[in-house]
Amino acid sequence: MGKHFEERIFLGLMIASTVIVVGSLVLILGTVVTKGLPALNLQMLTQVPKGGYYLGKEGGILNAITGSLALAGGATLVSAFLSLAVVLYLQLFAPNTRLAYLVRLSLDVLWGVPSIVYGAFGFTLLLLLGLRASLLGGIITLALLELPIMVRAMDEVMSMVPFELKEASYALGATRLETALRTVVRQTAPGLSTALLLALGRGIGDAASVLFTAGYTDRLPTSFLRPAASLPLAVFFQLGTPVPEVQQRAYASALVLTVIILLISLGARLLTRRLTRHVIR
Amino acid sequence: MTKGRWRQLKDQFAGRLMTVLAIFATTLVPLIALALLMRARPLLDITPLGSLLTASDWHPLRGQFGFLPFIAGTLWVTGLAMVLAVPPCLLCAIYLAEYAPRRLREALKPLIDLLAGIPSVVYGLWGTLMIVPLIRAVITPWAGKHLRFIPVLATDNPTGYSILAGSVVLAVMVFPVIISMTEEVIRAVPDGLREAALALGATRWQMVKGVVLRRSLPGVIAAVALGFSRAFGETMAVMMVVGNVPQLPRSIFDAAYPLPALIANNYGEMMSIPLYDSALLTAALVLLLVVLVFTLAARVVLLQAVRRGT
Amino acid sequence: MTDPVISVRGLSVAYGNEQAVRDVNVDIPARQITAIIGPSGCGKTTLLRSISRLIELVEGVRVWGEVIFQGENIYAPHVDVTEIRRRIGLLAQRPFPLPMSIYENVVYGPRLHGERRRRVLDAIVEKQLRAAGLWDEVKGRLHAPASALSVGQQQRLCLARGLAVEPEVLLCDEATSALDPVSAQRIEARLIELKANYSIVLVTHVLRQARRLADYVIFMYLGELIEHGPASQVLNDPREAKMRAYLKGEFY
Repeated sequence: MGKHFEERIFLGLMIASTVIVVGSLVLILGTVVTKGLPALNLQMLTQVPKGGYYLGKEGGILNAITGSLALAGGATLVSAFLSLAVVLYLQLFAPNTRLAYLVRLSLDVLWGVPSIVYGAFGFTLLLLLGLRASLLGGIITLALLELPIMVRAMDEVMSMVPFELKEASYALGATRLETALRTVVRQTAPGLSTALLLALGRGIGDAASVLFTAGYTDRLPTSFLRPAASLPLAVFFQLGTPVPEVQQRAYASALVLTVIILLISLGARLLTRRLTRHVIR
Repeated sequence: MTKGRWRQLKDQFAGRLMTVLAIFATTLVPLIALALLMRARPLLDITPLGSLLTASDWHPLRGQFGFLPFIAGTLWVTGLAMVLAVPPCLLCAIYLAEYAPRRLREALKPLIDLLAGIPSVVYGLWGTLMIVPLIRAVITPWAGKHLRFIPVLATDNPTGYSILAGSVVLAVMVFPVIISMTEEVIRAVPDGLREAALALGATRWQMVKGVVLRRSLPGVIAAVALGFSRAFGETMAVMMVVGNVPQLPRSIFDAAYPLPALIANNYGEMMSIPLYDSALLTAALVLLLVVLVFTLAARVVLLQAVRRGT
Repeated sequence: MTDPVISVRGLSVAYGNEQAVRDVNVDIPARQITAIIGPSGCGKTTLLRSISRLIELVEGVRVWGEVIFQGENIYAPHVDVTEIRRRIGLLAQRPFPLPMSIYENVVYGPRLHGERRRRVLDAIVEKQLRAAGLWDEVKGRLHAPASALSVGQQQRLCLARGLAVEPEVLLCDEATSALDPVSAQRIEARLIELKANYSIVLVTHVLRQARRLADYVIFMYLGELIEHGPASQVLNDPREAKMRAYLKGEFY
C-alpha cells in the first residue's frame, strides 16, 4: 500500500506540471490572439507608418513585416551556405579529426551566446567597418546568430546517414563532394530544410541582435545600407508609447509575428513529410 | 583536361574551401571576445574588471560604472526562474517519458516545442498583459499581508514590475529547453534496465526514481545547466517586465535591472556619454565570458559523468 | 591461368593495432567467379574491400602491399581512386538504394562520369535493369522512389546500378545473405550469366553457394591466405589441412 501512495502523489504532481506547461502555451497564444485580433486590419498589413503613426494616426506595419522577412531571409540564406559547408566538412571531409572536434566545441559555445552579445559584436563590427545600422548589418549579425543553431540541427541529421549509403556512392566512383551533394544532401533534405526553417523562425523573432545593428525605420527595406525595421522591434516600440491606439497596434503586430512563426513551423512539418518520399530508412 | 581530373580538382577545391570555413568557425568566439574587448579597453584601462564587478554606483554621467546591481539583478531573476522552472519541467519530462500514453506524448511534444518558437517580445508582451497585473493586483497584496515576515518577500514595490515577473516569464521560456532535453535523456536509458527493476517487483515509480533517474542524472543536470545558460542571456522578455531600476534587490518583489537589459536599454545613449559604450560592451563581454565558462564546464562535467557511468 | 585481371601482392591490412590481413599473394582470374571463403573474422571482407580501395573509408586503417589492376598498382600515390572504383564495382550485403528514383539510381554512376544525353541514359537503364533481371517488374514505374521496392528488388537494382558504370570487375560482399531464397537464387543466376563479360569476386560464408557459383576459390583463415586454386580442386580435394577441416564443417 505504502509504495503505491508515493507514486500516486507524484503522478498527480506530474500531471499538474504538464498542465502548467501546456497551459502556459495556451495562455500566451490566447492572450496574443484575443488582444491582437481586434486591432488587426488590412491597413496594418499593407501600409507603412505615415506621419503621426506613433501618435495614433494612419499607417501600418508593412515596413516591419517586409523588414523582418528581408533580414531573416537574407541571414538564413547566408547562414545556410556556411552551415552546409561546415557540416559536410565535419561529416564527410574531415570526420573525427581534431579540427572537427574544435569546430563542434566552438559551435557549442556559440549556441549558448545570448543574442544581445551578437548584437553588441555586430555593433562593434559595423563601427570598425564604418557602416551604420542597416539591413546589411542586421543580416550579418543574424547570420552569425543562426549559424550554431543550423549547424547543430544539420549535424544531427547527417549523423544519422548510414555508412553503407555513403559507401554505395563511393563504390560507384564518386568523389567526396559528389557523394556529399548528390547522395547525402538528398537523403537528409527533409532534416536540412527543417533546420533551415528552425533558424529562420529564430531569426524573425529575435530583437536583441537587430536592435543595434539593423536600426529601425518607417520605410520598406529597399537598400542594404539603410536601416531596416523588424517586427519584434515594432512590437517593442509601439508598446512603449503612452497612446492606447498604438499599444493596440503593438498587440496586432505581436499577433502577426506569432502567426508568421507558426506558419514557418507548420511549413517545416509539411516540407519534411513531402521530402521524405525518397529517403532510405 | 579529362573529366576525371576536373572532378578531382572540384573535390580538392571544395575540401580546401570547407577547411577555411571550418577554421573560421572556430575563430568566431575569440573574435567576438576580442572585438568587445577592444571597445571595452578604454574603461578597463582606467578601472580594473574586478572593481567594476563589485562596485554598486552606477552614474554614467559622473563616470561611475559599478556593475554589481546588474549582476545581482541577473542572478536573482535567473536563479528564481530556475527554482520555478526546474521542478515542473522535470516532473513533466518524466511524465512524458515514462507514463504518458504514446499518443498523448506525440501530441504534446510539438506543443511544447511551440513554446520554444515563440519570440522573446511576445513573451514580454504576455508578461506585461497577464503576469505583471497578476502580481500587482493579487500576489503582492497577498504576500504583503501574509508573508511579510519573510525578508526576501518584502513588498515595497507595488507596481508588479519585479523580479518575480521576470522570473515567471523566464521560467516559461526555458520550459521547452529543459523538458525536451530531459525527456530525451530519460528515454535513452535502455529498456533492459527498466525491465530488470520491474522484474524484481518495483512499482513504476520506484523503478523511475531508483534506476532511471539515477542513470540519467548527468544528462538532467546538463539540461538544467542548459536552461540556466539560456535564461542568463535572455533580454527582451525580461526587460519588459522587470522594472529596470538599478538597485541591489532585496526581495523578489523589487524591481531589478539585469545585465542584458542594461545593454539593450541604453545603446541609444551609448555614444554620447564618454566611456558609456565601453561600459556597456564590458557588460557584453562579461555575459560572453560567463556563457563560455558555463558551456565548457557543463561539457567537462557531462563527459566525466558519462565516463564514470559506463 | 591466362592473364589474371587482378594481382594481389604482399597485401597486409591493419585496423589500428589489429592485423586483419597478412601478406596475401594471389591472382584473380579474368571472366570467372572467384569465391573468397573462410570462417568469420578471417579477413575475407577486408581483402575484398581492399581490392577497390573501399577499405580506406574505415577509420584508422593501414594498408601495405600492392594490388595490380590493368598494369598499375592501384595503391600508388597518384592513382585516381574514383576511376578505380568505377572499374571495380561493389554489390554490398544489404541493399542500399540511393535516395532517389529507380531511374536515377541506375544513372547515378554514368552521370557522375559525365554522361548527360537522355537517350544514352535511357538505354543504359533498360540494358542494366534487364541484365539484373529487374526490367519487367519496374519498367512501368522507373521514376518511383527506389525505397518502395522489396529487398530482393532493391538488391537487383543495386546490381543494375553497379553495372551501369561498366566496370570490369564486380565485387560481391555476401550479396545474397540478406535476401530470401528466391531473390538470392535470382541474383546467383544473374552472376552466372554476367561472368561472360565481367570478372566476379564474391565473399560468402555459405559453402554451398561457393560450390554452386565458384570457378576459383580462395580460402582465408585468421587473415592469412591458406589455399587457393580452381574450385573443383580446392572444394573437393584440398591440399591444406585447415581447408579440409573447414569443408568438414569444423569451424562452426
